Amino acid sequence: MNFAETVLDYSVNIALVILSISFLLTIIRIVRGPTLPDRILGLDMLVAAAIGFIAAIGIKTGFILYIDIAIALGLVGFLATVAFARFVLSRGKTEDDILREVRTAAEDARKKANEERKRIEKARRQEERLNR
Amino acid sequence: MISDVIMLLTAAFVLIGSFFALVASIGLLRLPDLYSRMHAASKAGTMGSGLLLIALAVHAADAGVFARALAGVVFFLLTAPISAHLLAKAAYSVGYRLGPNAVRDEMADHTPAERD
Repeated sequence: MNFAETVLDYSVNIALVILSISFLLTIIRIVRGPTLPDRILGLDMLVAAAIGFIAAIGIKTGFILYIDIAIALGLVGFLATVAFARFVLSRGKTEDDILREVRTAAEDARKKANEERKRIEKARRQEERLNR
Repeated sequence: MISDVIMLLTAAFVLIGSFFALVASIGLLRLPDLYSRMHAASKAGTMGSGLLLIALAVHAADAGVFARALAGVVFFLLTAPISAHLLAKAAYSVGYRLGPNAVRDEMADHTPAERD
């Protein structure tokens, strides 16, 4: 094993480690990502890192066929991102909007329940008075 | 000797490409809001995967593989801005706003047109 082969071997291994760290950081963003578009962006980045990973594995093992898999993965990733963007557009509201809707709905329900309780209480009292 | 040069070139491409991928993911984690994270993911991320594909092509040293790798890189370079732009446009028109320390919102007077 001469010098160049050793250098290539080491650098591919280092690259695999770096790409794994990159995967992990992207996954942290996907898990934490406060909004849906952040997570979609994270998935897009994950596809890009996976393509790089596949290429590095291809260099390490010497299987050239991996390049077709990488291209196919890129195609799928692009289509997924476009579909998710359309989904964000067709959902039409942000997480804050959804939270606000839920809060107002809960507030309304609470008010209605209070009124109902008061009405029942009043009716019961009236009935007691009539009985007496 | 020529194969040694090819191997060293491949090693350089692999290291630079993975470094770009790392920078992209650090940017994705550290930048403050969606629109600035998009810069990291769609520029540095594409650069990283493209460089790694080129490294694979250089390592194979074959015309067919080189053409396929080049086609893949061109495809990524074409599609990454399109998907980032689509996502940014969808997110902005739905109502996701810029981060708290953004200086200027050029789209502010273009009120979301297609909100339904």
